[in-house]
Amino acid sequence: MPVVWIPPLMRSLTEGQETVEVPGNSIRELVDALDERYPGIKDRLCDGDQLRPGITVTVDGTLSHKGLRERVEAHSEVHFVPAIGGG
Amino acid sequence: MTVDPKRDPIKNSGNGSQKAGSNGYKVIGSRPLRPDGDDKVTGRAIFGADVRLPGMLYGKVLRSPHAHARILSIDTSRAEALPGVKAVITAADMPDVESKIQELGEGAINLRYLSDNILAHKKTLYHGHAVAAVAATNPHIAEEATELIQVEYEVLPPVMTAQEAMADDAPILLPDLRTDEMGVRGDKPTNIGGHLQHKRGDLEAGFAAADVIVEREFFTSPVHQGYIEPQAATAIYNTDGQITIWTTTQGAFGVRDQVSEILHIPVSRIKVIPTEIGGGFGGKLNVYLEPLAVLLSQKSGHHPVKLVMTRDEVLKATGPTSGSHIRVKMGATKDGRITAAQVFMAYEAGAYPGSPVGAGSGVILAPYRLENLQIDGYDVVVNKPRSAAYRAPGGTNAAFASESVIDELSEKLGIDPLEFRLINGVKEGDRRADGPVYKRIGFLETVQAIQNHPHYSAPLEGKFRGRGVASGFWFNWGGKSSATASLNSDGTVSLIEGSPDIGGTRASISMQLAESLGIPYESVKPQVTDTDSVAYNDVTGGSRTTFATGYAAYELGQKLKNVMLQRIADLWETEPSAVNYEDGVFTFGDQQMTFQEAAAKIYRTSEPVMVSTTVYPKNFGPGFATHVVDVEVDPETGKVTILRYTAAQDVGKAVHPSYVEGQIQGGVTQGVGWGLNEEYVYDEQGRLMNASFLDYRIPTALDMPMIETVLVEVANPGHPYGVRGVGEVPIVPPAAALANAIYRAVGVRMNVLPMSPARILEALWAKESSEKEPV
Repeated sequence: MPVVWIPPLMRSLTEGQETVEVPGNSIRELVDALDERYPGIKDRLCDGDQLRPGITVTVDGTLSHKGLRERVEAHSEVHFVPAIGGG
Repeated sequence: MTVDPKRDPIKNSGNGSQKAGSNGYKVIGSRPLRPDGDDKVTGRAIFGADVRLPGMLYGKVLRSPHAHARILSIDTSRAEALPGVKAVITAADMPDVESKIQELGEGAINLRYLSDNILAHKKTLYHGHAVAAVAATNPHIAEEATELIQVEYEVLPPVMTAQEAMADDAPILLPDLRTDEMGVRGDKPTNIGGHLQHKRGDLEAGFAAADVIVEREFFTSPVHQGYIEPQAATAIYNTDGQITIWTTTQGAFGVRDQVSEILHIPVSRIKVIPTEIGGGFGGKLNVYLEPLAVLLSQKSGHHPVKLVMTRDEVLKATGPTSGSHIRVKMGATKDGRITAAQVFMAYEAGAYPGSPVGAGSGVILAPYRLENLQIDGYDVVVNKPRSAAYRAPGGTNAAFASESVIDELSEKLGIDPLEFRLINGVKEGDRRADGPVYKRIGFLETVQAIQNHPHYSAPLEGKFRGRGVASGFWFNWGGKSSATASLNSDGTVSLIEGSPDIGGTRASISMQLAESLGIPYESVKPQVTDTDSVAYNDVTGGSRTTFATGYAAYELGQKLKNVMLQRIADLWETEPSAVNYEDGVFTFGDQQMTFQEAAAKIYRTSEPVMVSTTVYPKNFGPGFATHVVDVEVDPETGKVTILRYTAAQDVGKAVHPSYVEGQIQGGVTQGVGWGLNEEYVYDEQGRLMNASFLDYRIPTALDMPMIETVLVEVANPGHPYGVRGVGEVPIVPPAAALANAIYRAVGVRMNVLPMSPARILEALWAKESSEKEPV
């Protein structure tokens, strides 16, 4: 199953767990599965039908453009990180 | 896209040694002249302030004399009555913008704050905050009119540093601001806009395992991007409702979108024409004058209106990068292995939330492999201009702190600082401090490049001289790019792109199109165009343009070649797959035709050839750099003289080595300015005291030695030619490298930027005093 790294400021929702394995084929499905197990996570990560502004997701080390629509593989590693702007 | 292994060597090109044809390339790696060069050196290029239109009016902005004040009333009647004045606007002329976070260009921003920064609505939040604007028949009348506008203020106490602003009893700048902690909104007014955290492992156990622990605190001042060309914008709000804006910007589409949101005008009614740009470095991503020019044009009866900032306005009212307060604690074992790292960083966002603390938190420990870490970052509003991006935003101050501590750790352990980096440095497969795992990167190669460089082993003799090293990281970026290419009858190719040219990108993008097509660089005719003439392009920023728009150029070349193959196959009455194209020549059996001949033939016999492409590449590949600097410190004056500077950087593939070297040299120079001299100086009332280039001291050619560059080429697998962004990472290490060199020269560890003569003297005197104290 894909592994989701829980942002540290949300680990109070996951009983302190740093990583959680959840089933899913997309970020949306992973977030839904996380929220089912740890209610409240979806509200923290999402604004309506998309990731909150300022939050981006990486899958296997690559920054996603698709947000919740991004596909994941069975052994994918997922991180939610701050959006970064350059100069 | 995969990279041909033949074109993927790890290669240290050295300074000036790269030649076209290496790695099989014909164009990439050569050093042709830039297409815009003649116009720029002869003064014919049109920059922002050069725009002149019939019937044009001149605008001027009235700015707040106070750092923090409530606006009680504004009376514009006397200004409006002045002969020659055609329009006066205040925030009352702007539409109400809802408090809504939106992704615009390069980051998320609250639209109401963006609007409030254009013209203050209820409060002025920094010295120089725009309050009103005037359009008149000449600049002198406009200036006189601003002096006739009467503003009644209730002056409030200013909050000038992150430390002050974070105090429980600090005056509040924005009554509606609450701290956001990853989706949780605080319940009380605050100056802390956001708190972020990166954390993994067991910090306590990590420090317990350390033989040596170093903990230090650092402070840095806001610094400005220091572009030579001030902001300038001209707009006409036509009688048919169509708006045209000429402006000096890093992103015409970003200007269009910001003006659209601030003024509630659909993007289809706004055309933005980017002029040539005299430097941006992140400071020309945000709009300042454009919405004012549009409103003044509309209110003046549809005259074009031009506004040009003075240097004083640029420094007072356009975004510097954040000042910061950083604490770093790191531990390591005797054999040089880092066991734990803890970081606190508070970045001044200026008047509205949005400092680069997120980026800084990603940069600060990025070069090192760490199992146990915690980084806490705070975005803090203060009464200074709203911070803007500046070349690797947040990176230089972050690296100043962490690389100083790394240096001290390695010293205490008796390990060479480069060797210490080789022990702990990241490579492919290691985990970044903020979580994700690195793909192919070239950090260790940059360390080795400096280790093997003659500079590092050269004797450094004489008193008060020292050598320092530091490393740096930057994420780089991909973003969206679009471009169009059309084939001309003489065998040239016209290239239409939407990325404003900074640092020679017309050349670097044309080179990639030429390489892709197998034609000479001189056969590509690039043109940067407006928002109505090409599909969307993200900004020229984030070190993305040569990577992403270059990627688009590669795809254009492949597409155009395929269309030509079809046309030539049709002429030769065969299938496209039967036609071969190599080295600029089409062949089929014993028939052959050069690219130029084919273009002429296609022109005469079939419909025109034009192709377009859009890309959004995501495997942009981060950049690393390692620098070494020799300095001499004058113990009488505190002045630091740079004796020698060498910068090694993983550049992926240097498309145009001269321009890559230029980017590195420019980044180093700005980093030196930040490290040694540049700072915003405020009085007790929060008024900026040094808003000119006489008093805000950027480096000149007289301050800098020739900066040696080492181009380390670890190809980025995410680009057809292995390109990585190169523009930002070179500004990250210099301040730390200088601090480490100063320590070795005179024995003081500097923890405040800039390390100006006065601060160095203070540090020397403090050291002298402590040495005299009885034990």
